[in-house]
Amino acid sequence: MSTRVQTQGRLINRDRPVSFKFNGGLMKGYQGDTLASALLANDQMLIGRSFKYHRPRGVVASGSEEPNAIVGLGTGNRFEPNQRATTTEIFHGLTATSQNHWPSLNYDVGIVNNLLSRFLSAGFYYKMFIHPRPFWKHVYEPFIRHSAGLGKAPDAESRDEDRYEHFYAFTDVLVIGGGVAGLQSALTAARSGAKVLLLEQTAHLGGRAPVDGGTIDGMEPEAWVEKARAELAALPNAQIRTRTMGAGVYDHGYVLGYERLTDHAPEVAGPRHRLWRIRTAQIITATGAIERPLSFAGNDIPGVMLASAVRDYLVNYGVSPGDRTVVVTNNDDAYRTAIALVQAGLKVPAILDARPQGRGALMSEAKSLGIRVETGAAAVKVKGAKRVHSVCRGVQAGEGEVLEEIFCDAVAMSGGWSPVVHLWSHCGGKLTWDTEQAAFRPDPDRAPTSHDGNPFVIASGAADGAFHLNKVLQNAAVAGQTAAHRVGVETGGIVVPNGTAPDEAALAPVWMMPQGAKKKLRMKAWLDYQNDVKVSDVQLAAQEGFESVEHTKRYTTLGMATDQGKLSNINGLATLANALGEDIPRVGTTTFRPPYTPISMGAIAGEARAEIFQPIRKTPMYDWHDAHGAHWEPVGHWRRPYAFLRSGESVHDAVNREVQATRKSLGLLDASTLGKIIVKGPDAGRFLDMLYTNMMSTLKPGKCRYGLMCSENGFLSDDGVVARIDEDTFLCHTTTGGADRIHAHMEEWLQTEWWDWNVWTVNATEQFAQVAVVGPNARKLLEKLGGMDVSKEALGFMEWKDGTLGGFPVRAYRISFSGELSYEIAVPANLGRAFWDKLLEAGKEWDITPYGTEALHIMRAEKGFIMIGDETDGTVIPQDLGLDWAISKKKEDYIGKRAQARAHMTDPKRWKLVGLETLDGSVLQDGAYAIAEGANENGQTNTQGRVTSTYHSPTLNKGIAMGLMLNGPDRMGEVISFTNGDNPAAKARIVNPVFFDPEGDKQNV
Amino acid sequence: MLLITCPYCGVAAEETELHGGGEAHLKRFGPGSNDDDFTSYLFHRENPKGVHFERWRHVNGCGKWFHAARCTNTLEVFGSYSAQTTEPPKDLLDTIRAKRPGFTWRDLA
Amino acid sequence: MSDVALALGGASFEGLVKIEELAGQGMVTLRGDLTDKAIAAGVLDVFGVTLPSTRETVFAANTGALWMSPDEALLLCAYNEAQAKADELATKLANVHALVVNVSDARAVFQLKGSMLREVIAKLAPVDMSPDAFSPGMVRRTRMAQVAAAFWMDDASTARVVCFRSVGEYVFNLLSNAADANASVRHYST
Repeated sequence: MSTRVQTQGRLINRDRPVSFKFNGGLMKGYQGDTLASALLANDQMLIGRSFKYHRPRGVVASGSEEPNAIVGLGTGNRFEPNQRATTTEIFHGLTATSQNHWPSLNYDVGIVNNLLSRFLSAGFYYKMFIHPRPFWKHVYEPFIRHSAGLGKAPDAESRDEDRYEHFYAFTDVLVIGGGVAGLQSALTAARSGAKVLLLEQTAHLGGRAPVDGGTIDGMEPEAWVEKARAELAALPNAQIRTRTMGAGVYDHGYVLGYERLTDHAPEVAGPRHRLWRIRTAQIITATGAIERPLSFAGNDIPGVMLASAVRDYLVNYGVSPGDRTVVVTNNDDAYRTAIALVQAGLKVPAILDARPQGRGALMSEAKSLGIRVETGAAAVKVKGAKRVHSVCRGVQAGEGEVLEEIFCDAVAMSGGWSPVVHLWSHCGGKLTWDTEQAAFRPDPDRAPTSHDGNPFVIASGAADGAFHLNKVLQNAAVAGQTAAHRVGVETGGIVVPNGTAPDEAALAPVWMMPQGAKKKLRMKAWLDYQNDVKVSDVQLAAQEGFESVEHTKRYTTLGMATDQGKLSNINGLATLANALGEDIPRVGTTTFRPPYTPISMGAIAGEARAEIFQPIRKTPMYDWHDAHGAHWEPVGHWRRPYAFLRSGESVHDAVNREVQATRKSLGLLDASTLGKIIVKGPDAGRFLDMLYTNMMSTLKPGKCRYGLMCSENGFLSDDGVVARIDEDTFLCHTTTGGADRIHAHMEEWLQTEWWDWNVWTVNATEQFAQVAVVGPNARKLLEKLGGMDVSKEALGFMEWKDGTLGGFPVRAYRISFSGELSYEIAVPANLGRAFWDKLLEAGKEWDITPYGTEALHIMRAEKGFIMIGDETDGTVIPQDLGLDWAISKKKEDYIGKRAQARAHMTDPKRWKLVGLETLDGSVLQDGAYAIAEGANENGQTNTQGRVTSTYHSPTLNKGIAMGLMLNGPDRMGEVISFTNGDNPAAKARIVNPVFFDPEGDKQNV
Repeated sequence: MLLITCPYCGVAAEETELHGGGEAHLKRFGPGSNDDDFTSYLFHRENPKGVHFERWRHVNGCGKWFHAARCTNTLEVFGSYSAQTTEPPKDLLDTIRAKRPGFTWRDLA
Repeated sequence: MSDVALALGGASFEGLVKIEELAGQGMVTLRGDLTDKAIAAGVLDVFGVTLPSTRETVFAANTGALWMSPDEALLLCAYNEAQAKADELATKLANVHALVVNVSDARAVFQLKGSMLREVIAKLAPVDMSPDAFSPGMVRRTRMAQVAAAFWMDDASTARVVCFRSVGEYVFNLLSNAADANASVRHYST
């Protein structure tokens, strides 16, 4: 059984017990434990069920590469599925639950899949569920969705209670990994004066060195690590962040770091995760190496672990996975585990070494401790169900004859080490196959390159394929020196500490154990534990013609689970290479993509949640609106009142009331969101003549003119009223959504095409609050406020004037978007609310009625005025909308003019704007199509037009609409059928789009 | 994430401060131009694997449009320069020729 | 004028830094060739400051000038003097190609006070806020989270942040959130 031993445990504090819950049961661990070490200490060997076959699974590894020990953490609003027990630090009150089983971890009916496994091979889903076709959607998919899925999604109603944030950091040299290699690289670079930031994903520096032993400059590695840490901490140009993973390397030296601040201590206030958005000149990846499993039958039974993990649990946490551990290996490193176990008083019945012989110092040491070593040996299979029962020994060169059954309760396996090349590869770093170590390592001649074309990633230590402690230190120092040199600081002579460790004999590549294993064994030899992919699946894929490693990956799902195949990829592609009879480097690897391990969605979102999820733009009168029943409508990032609801009133009623009150007496609209761009210069008139379809240069100071703007494609993009302020200066109004876009449009043409024209622009949109005072009593209200002459004679239609009203400095525009007598009054934004209040107070006698965007829309539609975004959709030209009057015939050029002369644009069959009136007074559906005779080649009903705006007109008390119609203006009076959802077609008559006051009598008073 | 230095304010701006504006050095064709020229101006774009000349705007910054020469394959930025020119500066072309012998782009080489 | 209402009515927050919406900040945008001597003379005359070099600031007693682009400066003065100063400068530059606009109401201005202000800004803006990269005398136009903003440091523990008025509340909430007392990063050595 797995248990806590009395010695060792360098990372735990035995004076600080910590209690936590696993599947409801209370367990005890110590401060410093990971959830995995604490579970093992409680003899909880079985931690989850596998994804596909629901096989019992336990801890395999001791770090972020763990595929099996995946749990749901927390409860309620803090529940998170698929968390690795090996990287979860325990705390008092931690709650973990196992995954992928029903009804319980110990008794799971899904295990039936295991019995059916010979039918569930690679590509099973593709082959099985394709016929009959309709079954996919209605039978197969619902069933598969129910039974598949890794972990359980949090409850849809739950809300993350934690805070997250981003942080932008800049450095010369970023070192990823705080093992001895990372520390040495950081020291070398930092001593030279370069700015260094070191990230370590765990809570501890030193990496594997303190567990693996040896000496550095005569010190225990742990002591050297502390010395290095202290030196870095004392340097003003160096910084270490622990619990911070280098998650991804991106173009031009951009790196994401994932800092976990309170996962281990949820009682601490402050952000849970911080996403570091780092820009660095050079990156040193000191990310170490990951041990590979061996592919023998039963290698997934709980108790079969990586040899390094067994050693880690013993040395770091004082936990023994078993009393009797068989070590299976193809290299010397695993002997360290055997030695450590025996030195701790535990039993190692045998070391099964696949190599024909071994001569290393570690083998000698093991033998001298009395450990039985079998060379040329294989684990033919491991027996056991929910935990290891025995190992069957055979010969590696054979087919799987069992020579001996060795009883044990744990197996420590090692198939060699793979450098962690993920971060090297994220941004295009290439790999080279190291035959001697049977591993891919970074090819320094093909490093990722940055904005200047020079390499910006350097691998260090084991991540570069340097495994002996002394080589690690040397390699790391050179990496630090190279980085410093590349950022322009000179290191001079560098000091490299002396590392001592036993020399190791060469490993022998072992991709299948035994090498000639029969199919029955191969079907139980797991490559990818998390996605349940076996040796036989990859071989089947190869047999079925999936030769590319990327295809095989997708067909078998090898490496596609949350662990992204950290343990399985190399074994999988070696298996594929063997099956194809190819060399491993020719088969190659799949693409390494960030993040290195999953990072939280919260960290990605950062601060963007709740009220700061996105910017909400507010006018100076926002608070008044909010307090007076505003039914809000988003318009870009602005919030505008759609209507103001009085107590008990429906939105529809409120809109009708607002329209009628305005038409009858007096309405008030917050028009502050309209864009206001000042354009000035000797060439301003000429410039606006190019921007607008109509002539602006002839506009007289004091006057206003409605104008249309098109893109160079000819399509209508914005409209608004232009006021000429003086000879050199214009003020251009844009639509609410158009201010920033049109200002950018102006700057683009001025900066990139007509840079010799003398024109300046300023977007003054937010300098002013603007209020439309609308209705037959509008003038009376302004006259009551007093201060300036707003009579017809002094301020005619389409004129503007500066002055004061009620003591406020104003600019008054006599313009109308409603057909009523109307003034738009601009005041400085900081006075906007006071001015609004003043108008409301003074307007009481005329029952002044604030109205929202829907009343605005209805009133403009009653007048046949187009709305950008309703009548236009990026494919409509002004000519389609009957706006030819606003297109200058005199101008040689304007933006869009040439495009409007293209054949398709002048086609008489283009749909044109008309008004539509339903026969029964109902309201047409928005976007409804006008039905034409017959059907197209796809069997769809032909169309001859569509509705662009549709409303109930309270003024006319009937449904009115605008639409684009084939030959529309020539078909006045014709009745057309319109689509009407699932109802019978709606009938509407083509009419003039100006429904109300066509002569303009109401506004010209 | 790209890092391009704005030639107007000197900021080495990350992509989130920038707005891409497509191909550089287009010659505008207006009214009176023939269909081929106009279609080419409006729709036809270079799509090189390699050296490319582009327009960018430092939109979350000084607001200036500028040009950049960039390799679409390696993302190397050879240089950035004024928006107010109809062709890349000679020293930049020399730099590119040295780094990418034999490159061509439209009629540049 | 008593009717003057700021975007947030003078909100404040205290955490890693003290954040206050500043009342009384006048702002005038100047568009023109900043190397033009007549423009420089006009600015010196009306605002009492020389025009700043690229990405720099110049301050006098209660006025200042911030470099915004090669052809744009933001001139600072008291709020109630801004319109008059803008008009005066426009008059002085009548014969020069320049555009002067009072934008005092178009912006919200926040003051950040405290030694942690670099951290607070660095949580929101893609800008190197380390002391060797950004210091008093510099101004930076950039984005803060999802909106455009500019900031400068008056001294080692005082910064001002300017954004558009309509997103003033958003930026204030961003800054307050970033300045949460429990969210220090301790990244900068000073």
